[in-house]
Amino acid sequence: MILWLLILIPILAAPLAWMGQQWSRNAPRWIAIGTLSVDCLLTLLLLSQDHSVQTSGHGSWLVESHSSWIPRWGISLHLGLDGLSVILILLTAFIGLIAIVASWTEIQSRVGFFHCNVLLAMGGVIGVFLAIDLFLFFFFWELMLIPMYLLIAIWGHAHRRSASFKFFLFTQAGSLLLLVAIIALALLHQHATGRPSFDYADLMELTVTHGMAWWLMLAFLIGFVVKLGAPPFHSWLPDTYTEAPTGASIIFAGILAKTGAYGLLRFTIPLFPGVMSEFAPIVMGLGAVGILYGAVLACCQTDIKRLVAYSSISHMGFFLLGAFAGTELALQGAVMQLVAHGLSIGALFMLAGALQERFQTRDMRQMGGLWGMTPRLATMALFFACASLGLPGLANFIGEFLVLFGSYSAQPVLTILASLGMVMAAIYSLGMMQRTFFGQQRETRIASDLSNAAFGTLLLIAVLQIWLGLYPKTVLITTKPVMNMLVQPVVASPNLIHQPSESVSFSTIFTSQVSAP
Amino acid sequence: MILEDFVALSPILNLGAFSLVTMLAIAFRRHHARIAVFAFMSCLLTLATLPWAATATPRAVTTLLVVDGHALLYMGLVLSATMVVIALSYRYLTIQFHELEGVEEYYLLLLLATFGGLVLTAAVHFVSFFLGLELLGLSLCSLIGYLRTRRHPLEAAVKYLLLSITASAFLLFGMALLYFESGSMTFRGVGAIVKQAQAVPGLWLGGFVLVLVGIALKLGLAPFHMWIPDVYQGAPTPITAYIATVSKGALVALLLRLATDVGVLELPPLVHLFSLLAVASMVTGNVLALLQQNVKRLLAYSSITHFGYVLVALLAGGPAAAEAVTFYVIVYCAMTLGAFGVVTVYSSEGGEKDRVEDYQGLFWTRPWLAAMLALSLLSLAGIPVTAGFIGKFYAIAAGVDAGLWWLVLALIGNSVVSLYYYLRLIVTLFGEETTPATVPQGPQAQAGEATSWTAVFSLGLVASIIVLLGVYPEPLIQLIRESVSNLLMVAVQRP
Repeated sequence: MILWLLILIPILAAPLAWMGQQWSRNAPRWIAIGTLSVDCLLTLLLLSQDHSVQTSGHGSWLVESHSSWIPRWGISLHLGLDGLSVILILLTAFIGLIAIVASWTEIQSRVGFFHCNVLLAMGGVIGVFLAIDLFLFFFFWELMLIPMYLLIAIWGHAHRRSASFKFFLFTQAGSLLLLVAIIALALLHQHATGRPSFDYADLMELTVTHGMAWWLMLAFLIGFVVKLGAPPFHSWLPDTYTEAPTGASIIFAGILAKTGAYGLLRFTIPLFPGVMSEFAPIVMGLGAVGILYGAVLACCQTDIKRLVAYSSISHMGFFLLGAFAGTELALQGAVMQLVAHGLSIGALFMLAGALQERFQTRDMRQMGGLWGMTPRLATMALFFACASLGLPGLANFIGEFLVLFGSYSAQPVLTILASLGMVMAAIYSLGMMQRTFFGQQRETRIASDLSNAAFGTLLLIAVLQIWLGLYPKTVLITTKPVMNMLVQPVVASPNLIHQPSESVSFSTIFTSQVSAP
Repeated sequence: MILEDFVALSPILNLGAFSLVTMLAIAFRRHHARIAVFAFMSCLLTLATLPWAATATPRAVTTLLVVDGHALLYMGLVLSATMVVIALSYRYLTIQFHELEGVEEYYLLLLLATFGGLVLTAAVHFVSFFLGLELLGLSLCSLIGYLRTRRHPLEAAVKYLLLSITASAFLLFGMALLYFESGSMTFRGVGAIVKQAQAVPGLWLGGFVLVLVGIALKLGLAPFHMWIPDVYQGAPTPITAYIATVSKGALVALLLRLATDVGVLELPPLVHLFSLLAVASMVTGNVLALLQQNVKRLLAYSSITHFGYVLVALLAGGPAAAEAVTFYVIVYCAMTLGAFGVVTVYSSEGGEKDRVEDYQGLFWTRPWLAAMLALSLLSLAGIPVTAGFIGKFYAIAAGVDAGLWWLVLALIGNSVVSLYYYLRLIVTLFGEETTPATVPQGPQAQAGEATSWTAVFSLGLVASIIVLLGVYPEPLIQLIRESVSNLLMVAVQRP
């Protein structure tokens, strides 16, 4: 029941936020903040109360809710929470809060409807992280699209129309492939057992012929990778991230990309372990290409939001690399990367949005020397630029380091190539700082510095970044059982790329090292 | 005929009797509101006889008609859709029909067309099929041209008349050939000869293809779709909604029964023909809808596409296919009524509001109306929480189950393309308002704009059906499963 509360609180509060517009301009904002805080606290409560979070795994859910929905198709309202979903839900609620603070001054028209959409999208995303019936999963998966689409189409920047179309068509094409694969799986279950089922546990036990599994895996892969924005499915991403209003950009990069990542971890890898291990090098290759491609393009952007968008492609490449490396270490790193990237990209988009709001441009050529004028903004930008380039001691470093460390045993060449991405990250991140805040001051208009609320939020993100950078155990230990489980089917499968014993020992060494302080 | 036959046939008899009474009532005294209410009540009472008729089913009444779960389900659909159309029509007619004489026959024609539709749903014989189709087609023809002083409706009516005649010609010739080969006019009799013979007789095949062409013409499947956009655009909007739902729904009921009884899917040439029609419809409808600036034409092209999807489900064969087709058609009727209903209500405020620009920023001035249109469009696009998603799910599931991978891929590709034009309309709804010309007119204009309660009620009903079926489709699924098992069982047992 508490799981349904997590989903329903934002969804039910959405109309309230819309109506709140009548009372005062800020009412919808406060309603949205309150709602997401409640969700955040509820998740924390689940995390702290249930100590089994730390220990459980192996297919058992920490909290589960099950009731029948469409028995004819074997569809049920089945929600389950484990370490991975708890972390991502926390991230979702937190990023949602950042997005609302970031749009506090930017969104001035139709405030109620904006926050209504934000809350609906949040509800959908949380549903995605909780649903373990594939039909229900798809239901939420699509549910979050419409509000996101409206957020770009109504409040976006100049080219919002084409950007919103591109976003929707791309993701929908991927989703429909996914839907076909899901239905095919359910029908295969029907052929095998006589009754269709969309339930995760049932489908995990299903044995699929090699050829069929190959196609289905491909559909599951494409459906999720489109959301991540890995090449060659990325072309919607820069446009969408750039044209969306700040709040929506934060949600897109911080959360929506994570739903794709979650789908890969939750469904693609465990459902088709055999085929996946054959295909993993290709996906890792895609990841490496994404890292370099995103980084190179980020280096030559003049539009600050576009730069951040391409950096996001690059960072998500690290996730792909780690998620398919097949070692627990790399998987842990991939999850860490999700959290760290969510935090850093949220902050970067917030800063980019603040710059755009102050100077009505995103073109870095027209900025420069802003350090003296807006010291708070500049300091924060420097901090998150460093986070983005993977400065040791911050969360991104842990993610990228673990991924590289864990993937080396599987694909040494790709890993070496990928680590070049970290060098390039330094180039574009510092280049951004250089062009915006240092050098000759071009902008003569007087602009105010960050407001206290925005500054406070950014400080909070910075604190989280440092905390996770110094003490990543918080995340790692929560997701460890899930990642353990993910590695096992790969280990059990005959066609291996890497040595299982080696990877296991690696991870145990590392975890013990991490937990030492 | 014994009493049981009358019970089974009661919906058809009932509506026939009510049509006669309506005609007499009009002759006795003309009164728009009264006749409208009477027509509405006729449908409602006929709907009420369905459970009663269900007690006597499945039952073959003469060789012409079979009343079974399948027929009753589609009768329910046809009658409900007619009721929504009547509720939408009243206000539209009072505004659009300035010549205040002779508006009442509209309802009589509507009832007669529905009567034809009921016959179609129960037809198992080419004669009853033809009678039902002609009754429906002729009534529709006059309904399309009902706003007789305007150019577009008349043009549309003539087009529809020509189409009807062409379709009838194809049908009749096809029937003649089928009769020549099989010596029977019942669907099963026509199919029996194929099942016995080693090879399918060429003339039989030719005849059946001609019959299919006739049906495809009426359903507006590509490449027989030319009339659809013009007629949809020209006809009064409630009638457009009627053509899209009642007329097509009844025809699908018939097609389903014909396909099951004859065993079409066991004949490879016919399967190929159906596949071709399906792909052509999906692609043509979508491509032509992409650049439409007229909402009614856009919906017309989208309807071509949707019947392509229905054909994909139909091709899957077996009970799963019948289930999927029926579900899809019911859902399609609901969402189409929703979309055309909004156009009707919006047009009922004076002037045909069928250009895309008319809907610019509608969400900010008329949130409920725009939300209703957005909901219908999202449903047509197949986005979850709406019934359209479950419908699409069903179509894909049927296709995947039968291993029709190419058709399923075509369906997916077309769904993505179709999103483009639905989104274009939705984004227009949420766009910046055009310079509001209506604002300075003050409160009186506002009062005039108030939507009539019948429209609010019917649109609310349609909206709740769309959402309800999208969230909790199980009851309808059970109902359809019963009716489908009925269809297949009767097909086996009938002498």
